[in-house]
Amino acid sequence: MNWLLVVEQCLNGLQFGVMLFLMAAGLTLVFGIMNLVNLAHGSLYMVGAYLATAALTWTGSFLVAAVFALAATLVVGMLVEVIALRTLYERDHLDQVLATFGLILFFNEAVAVVWGRAALFTTVPRALAGHITVLPGIRYPAYRAVIILVGLVVALLLYVVISRTRLGMLIRAGASNRTMVAALGVNIRLLYTVVFGFGAALAALGGLMAGPIYTVLPGMGEEILIQVFVVIVIGGIGSIRGALVGAVIVGMVDTLGRAFLKPMLSSVLGPSAADNAGPALASMLIYILMAAVLYFRPQGLFPAVRA
Amino acid sequence: MRSRARMLTLLGGLLVLLLVPVVAALADQPFYLDLFRRIMIFAIAAVGLDLILGFGGMVSFGHAAYLGIGAYAVAIPAFYGIDNGLAQWTLALVLSGLIALAIGAVSLRTSGVSFIMITLAFAQMLYYLGISINAWGADDGMRLARRSQFGVVNLANGYVFYYVVLALLVALLGLGHRLVHARFGVVIRAAKSNEARMRAIGFSTFRYKLAAFAIAGAVGGLAGALLTNQTEYLTPSYMHWTRSGEIMVMVILGGMGTLYGPVLGAFAFLLLEDVLSAWTVHWQIVLGPLLVLVVLYARRGLYGLLPGRDG
Amino acid sequence: MRALRITVILGLIAGLAAGHAARAAEPVKIGFITSLSGPAGIIGKHMKDSVELALDHLGRKVGGLDVDVIYGDDQRKPDVGKQLADEMLKKHKVNFVSGIIWSNVMLAVAPTVTGAGTIMVGTNAGPHELSGKMCNELYFTTSWQNDQTPEAMGKYMQDQGLNDVYAMAPNYAAGKDMINGFKRYFKGRVVDEVYTKLGQQDYQAEISQLRGKNPKAVFVFYPGDMGIQFLKQYVQAGLREQIPLYSVYTVDETTLPAVGEAALGNFEARYWSPDLKNEASQRYVADFKKKFGYTPSYYGAQSYDGILLIDSAVRAVKGDLSDKKGMVAAMRKADFKSTRGKFTYNVNHTPIQNFYLLRAVKGTGGEIEMQIQKTIFENHKDAYYQECPMKW
Repeated sequence: MNWLLVVEQCLNGLQFGVMLFLMAAGLTLVFGIMNLVNLAHGSLYMVGAYLATAALTWTGSFLVAAVFALAATLVVGMLVEVIALRTLYERDHLDQVLATFGLILFFNEAVAVVWGRAALFTTVPRALAGHITVLPGIRYPAYRAVIILVGLVVALLLYVVISRTRLGMLIRAGASNRTMVAALGVNIRLLYTVVFGFGAALAALGGLMAGPIYTVLPGMGEEILIQVFVVIVIGGIGSIRGALVGAVIVGMVDTLGRAFLKPMLSSVLGPSAADNAGPALASMLIYILMAAVLYFRPQGLFPAVRA
Repeated sequence: MRSRARMLTLLGGLLVLLLVPVVAALADQPFYLDLFRRIMIFAIAAVGLDLILGFGGMVSFGHAAYLGIGAYAVAIPAFYGIDNGLAQWTLALVLSGLIALAIGAVSLRTSGVSFIMITLAFAQMLYYLGISINAWGADDGMRLARRSQFGVVNLANGYVFYYVVLALLVALLGLGHRLVHARFGVVIRAAKSNEARMRAIGFSTFRYKLAAFAIAGAVGGLAGALLTNQTEYLTPSYMHWTRSGEIMVMVILGGMGTLYGPVLGAFAFLLLEDVLSAWTVHWQIVLGPLLVLVVLYARRGLYGLLPGRDG
Repeated sequence: MRALRITVILGLIAGLAAGHAARAAEPVKIGFITSLSGPAGIIGKHMKDSVELALDHLGRKVGGLDVDVIYGDDQRKPDVGKQLADEMLKKHKVNFVSGIIWSNVMLAVAPTVTGAGTIMVGTNAGPHELSGKMCNELYFTTSWQNDQTPEAMGKYMQDQGLNDVYAMAPNYAAGKDMINGFKRYFKGRVVDEVYTKLGQQDYQAEISQLRGKNPKAVFVFYPGDMGIQFLKQYVQAGLREQIPLYSVYTVDETTLPAVGEAALGNFEARYWSPDLKNEASQRYVADFKKKFGYTPSYYGAQSYDGILLIDSAVRAVKGDLSDKKGMVAAMRKADFKSTRGKFTYNVNHTPIQNFYLLRAVKGTGGEIEMQIQKTIFENHKDAYYQECPMKW
């Protein structure tokens, strides 16, 4: 057993998990506090990636482009919230699913109208294009290591904001009992808009970091959106901690499954059967995981406490 | 029970559907026969979904899986030489009903978004399974050599096939109507509104919901069998989650929990798609906001816009 | 008053008669089905633009007749493709159906079209069924049979004496076909065959596995956005210099703009390239760049050829569109100036053509482009023609 390979794959799983976490955090926050199922979250990820790529072409600086994308997507998110989503809070989840599905169609076409259907050119910034030696024998792409770092920092920041600041307190209170919070004089509408904006910014962060290694094209958010939903369902809706744990678990299971399932099956079933079963099973793995978790804990691993 | 105006509107709709083949033949536009037939097949799927989604409040995002199963139930036997329509369609109903039963047994333990996700997950699993089975065409799919054979009723004749689909749709609506107003339907609707209360009264809501789920799955299977006959082609992409989304859109657009609404929704969505996509490549930029507007401002969907009040 | 009324009525009758007379020479109607929306829309755009250029070059007339092209968007779905085909056949009453990117859509559409007695000219998808057992008198393709391209790459790598090749493709029918086609000619050692999830975005795990196995070369099939992602990640993992990458349908003019320098040094096998030296191709590429501002791809070249093929058929029967047999006979001769140079059909209406080794290099303008390095196959036939019962 090549242990170095296993460690490297664990790093890969962690990095993928962190990427999922950035998306999941925003989504679970919005769902937990505003009780809003937002399918268009993947579209905000896409918008973040597009704006970052465009800004990079204008300014040539990855950092500037990143800041711009975050700020701009924050604004876009708040606009969407004010224009389209306000009336949906009282509606049931179905209406929200349909309306946000309509938003997905709109955003996909909108970026196609502005930037065309062809994938945009993106590349990792030169400073991060190299490798770092994590352990003797494991050279890991620097850019991906930065993603892990950024993700963990964001997780820490979110923890601090939610549990140590007034805003965080309002968020937690609003998740528990929004009527009471409104009755106490807090501007709930403003709170919601701000929270949604931050959720959008988190999605944009995921998008702008994913841009250089994935493909920037219309509809890029859909594939990852399903995986993000799996994460928040496993982790527990409304819980940031659940999002982090769920994301890392999903990231690890998916990555390790893709890497090691076929070789493992091969020793049991024989190589040609493993050739067929391996990939099929690997792609189903996170769904099987989710079904298993829901069977034993239908509320997810860390359900947010509701009043 | 139902106002006269509404009754007349529905009958008017039925009349239109009955006359479409006649008009199409006279105007020498056989394409419309195929178009309307395809829409009615999706209407059947949508009505099935409405049973659990509209009436039961169970948001199943994996409904397309049952269409796929029904499709396979027709195409695989045909591949091995079994053309008998009765055998194929019975297999479609039974197989999809049973698989729905199995999936429902696991999924109904959850609710809300978890339920949505788990039904989606199962559909995805079936889809990935379908695209990796090489013997049955994988994602290339397979041609259907001949439509299901029913002896004297020849489905190869476009007109005959059209009326068969129409008859099935009407029969389904009739059965659905009876079901929804019978004790079974009342329990399901009451469970959607307040499950705890139903359980307190002594109903085993889980069993009722599971039964409804299985029925909806079987109806989806029938739709799948019809779809394969319509396109004369089998592809696992029938099971893709975006297809589930489209059927859901038809139900919600048409009016959830109205039984007839989904039929309207299927017509509106598919006709709009056909017209818009001929008009512009960027048709989704129109469809998207349109959906949002319907959700925001037409609460009972298109059905709510029909004249008359319902009981 | 009465005189006025009579004048108007006579005028209307005259007008109608004139209009009817003017329509006596019916235009040629071509239905072109491709994917115009969604992520694959870029390919559809290449094809549509090429069809338009072909029509320009023909003076907006096909076989001397006015032409009407009806475009359809199949959304990558076989049942939508079939519905479009039905609409084109029954509502628009087209004389030809052409286009189609995806094999599964083609397998649903082609039998529908040929079953209605209409000629189908496929301009991309090349499922082996249609070149083999399901070959049909009315079905022609101006592209290739799917397996031909990986066969060419397999032969090249075999001739190079390469061993320890790591093969990767997405886990679907085309992916498996590509690797099978590759192995038909490559007889060396294949370290591993890895099938990844269709649409997968992150290949880091697979790349780590690959590195662990230490192959001498990597052969992949990753069309569209999967290719862009895989290539970027492969290069970011530092493998470009260490392990040479050979691919099919992965790096081409639809994906080069998004990949940029990450593509440098990549090998591909193809029957055509924008730098192919023949008159028709040079004219096509030059005029295309001038009209649309980007470099055309093989998807476009095939579609361009498809229109020219249809034109040659209509011209041969002197505009008599009801003479299907005559048009089929003319198409078999393939008497038109194809972008690939010499164009010959095999019995199964699939081209017998050359295949070249291409490499992504930095062109004279500083842009990354594909250039032909050498010829791998001359007059290569597909592997399924013997299953086709047609003889002519």
